[in-house]
Amino acid sequence: MKRFSLSAVSLALLATLAAVPPAQAADNEVVIGDIDDLSGPYADVIGKGGIEAINMAVADFGGKVLGKKITVLTADHQSKPDIGSAKFREWADQNGLNMLLGGSNTGVSIAMAKVAAQKKVPFFAIGAAGASLTNADCTPYTVHYAYDTNALANGTATVMTQAGGKTWYFLTADYAFGTQLQDAATKVVVANGGKSLGAVRVPLAASDFSSFLLQAQGSKAQVLGLANAGADTINSIKAAQEFGITSSMQLASLLAFISDIHSLGLKSAQGLYLTTAWYWDADEKTRAFGKRFFEKMKKEPTEMQAGVYSATLTYLNAVKAVGSTDPDKVMAQLRKAKINDLFTQGGYIREDGLMVHPMYVMQVKAPAESKYPWDYYKLVKKMSGEEAYGPLSASTCPLLKK
Amino acid sequence: MTEIFGFPLPVVLGQLMLGLVNGSFYALLSLGLAVIFGLLGVVNFAHGAFYMLGAYAAWLGMTYFEINYWAALVLAPLAVGLIGVLVERLALRHLYQIDPLYGLLLTFGLALIAEGLLRELFGASGQTYPVPELLRGATNLGFMIIPVYRLWVIVASVAVCFTTWFVLERTSLGATLRAATENPKIVQSFGINVPVIVTLTYGAGVGLAALAGVLSAPVIQITPLMGSSLVTVVFAVVVIGGMGSILGAIVSGLALGVVEGFTKVIYPEASNIVVFVIMAIVLFLRPAGLFGKE
Repeated sequence: MKRFSLSAVSLALLATLAAVPPAQAADNEVVIGDIDDLSGPYADVIGKGGIEAINMAVADFGGKVLGKKITVLTADHQSKPDIGSAKFREWADQNGLNMLLGGSNTGVSIAMAKVAAQKKVPFFAIGAAGASLTNADCTPYTVHYAYDTNALANGTATVMTQAGGKTWYFLTADYAFGTQLQDAATKVVVANGGKSLGAVRVPLAASDFSSFLLQAQGSKAQVLGLANAGADTINSIKAAQEFGITSSMQLASLLAFISDIHSLGLKSAQGLYLTTAWYWDADEKTRAFGKRFFEKMKKEPTEMQAGVYSATLTYLNAVKAVGSTDPDKVMAQLRKAKINDLFTQGGYIREDGLMVHPMYVMQVKAPAESKYPWDYYKLVKKMSGEEAYGPLSASTCPLLKK
Repeated sequence: MTEIFGFPLPVVLGQLMLGLVNGSFYALLSLGLAVIFGLLGVVNFAHGAFYMLGAYAAWLGMTYFEINYWAALVLAPLAVGLIGVLVERLALRHLYQIDPLYGLLLTFGLALIAEGLLRELFGASGQTYPVPELLRGATNLGFMIIPVYRLWVIVASVAVCFTTWFVLERTSLGATLRAATENPKIVQSFGINVPVIVTLTYGAGVGLAALAGVLSAPVIQITPLMGSSLVTVVFAVVVIGGMGSILGAIVSGLALGVVEGFTKVIYPEASNIVVFVIMAIVLFLRPAGLFGKE
């Protein structure tokens, strides 16, 4: 008899174990995750400031949605796709994750988009630029929110080619982001009557760029297109000046954030053209956000940090509108809503997941033009969302019915 | 125009110069590593972090104490060397009697802590350090225009490397140092304080890394991660030269800088792995390295 009761107890125990639902948190909270580069070369682009921006958005929303508490989870993907996707999967399985914000690095975001499709969790890619996220790698749950390589190329490359920079040579970061950016820019240059004279593929985080720059100079191209980011961009601009390349070639930084310009200093960065989705000093709303952010972080927000803030609110508004966190309902709502906030005006999420919104071509001010701290950009051209991102018909996303 | 392997002569000479500049950094860094390994038997994984600290020390000195570049060349290595002395005294010392792996793990952990700390304090995008007034501008070598500062890097680095080699291999101080590591008990019996010598040697090796950091500050962005990618390359350089061989570290540092420079022209995508390919080949053919004793 005793033996029987023991096995009965263990059976009962097993049964309760099995009955525990995997998503314990789902009932009383809404869980937002953020997987970003928190320690590597892009940690200043979103990083800790991004987490602050998410918290600001949650606080502005009132801390609750549908009567449930909003919880924010954060993790560092260390620029490794396997770490990013494993963390995403873990949160989806064990923490009842409702939405994921993806930080810098296109390679990691492509891996995480695959998890989003499997687990049916809406995934807002913010820091990653690779346009493949809404083309070849698109999923029903991906939203590419802040910018992409097409918009960056359409901005900077159009302006510079039309201004007379007809021949280009590219210094390209040798991974998904760099090659996508180079391809997009080459198309724009050619479409505007220019041509690409070649490219040098540089391994990520090279310690010295002088050799690559001399090759670029040897091409005799008018414009040097920098298809890289972060410290690589900063170091290539510095070396270009040191070797006097800026006197024979114009520099086009296809992706530069205000954190890069701040770190480089106006003396080195002046005259540089770049394309951005957002600038803190654009209007009253952006300045007010900049001021709040500055009080906490002691620096002005990047376009990506503003994007993270906006994406969080956009998601929460959609949840509120449909009265549910059901991923399919929320995604349908997201595709219906117009986005009007401090990040953008009249933005909308297309069928392939791309958030179409205006972009700005900027030129970095000379030190004498800068009147106050962080007064870095002057507006060269405002592009409509359609102009920047191109038509939906050009999207190669397999989900589109054509 | 004269061509070498299908490349015009000026291109070849230009890449040779740039390779020597980068090789100078490799030589300085691998020299410090070789000194520490040769005399202490410690695999100093914090070397990249000390290099980074050297650059930050120069930047902090300039920003907060108006210490100019020339003073920083002396003061930053001293300050960072002092940190090295503390590390040796407080932590590393206790690990000499056990497996060298523990020293490696300790220094690796210290490097991660230092990088995290500086990222916390100054952010990840880094700081800019101006080129000193005297070394600004560029000079025309006939085959290329090279910034004066890069030439200075070669001169300074070769001078420091040669001096270090001379002190260790050709002076009585160097002889004492080598003897102290070879047989500490006997040297101690001559009335020489061996533990102090060991501490100072570690401090000096660390100081060399910091010096390389100050030299590189004006040409690359000073970031918390600037040493982490470099340190693995420098370890490969030391392995190729022969673990602990002073001359091997210097020669292979310069040579690999040049090889890497040419790879950047011939097949740029491979420029960050060519050193490791060479390391694998050398380990296969001469496991003790090119200058190592079998």
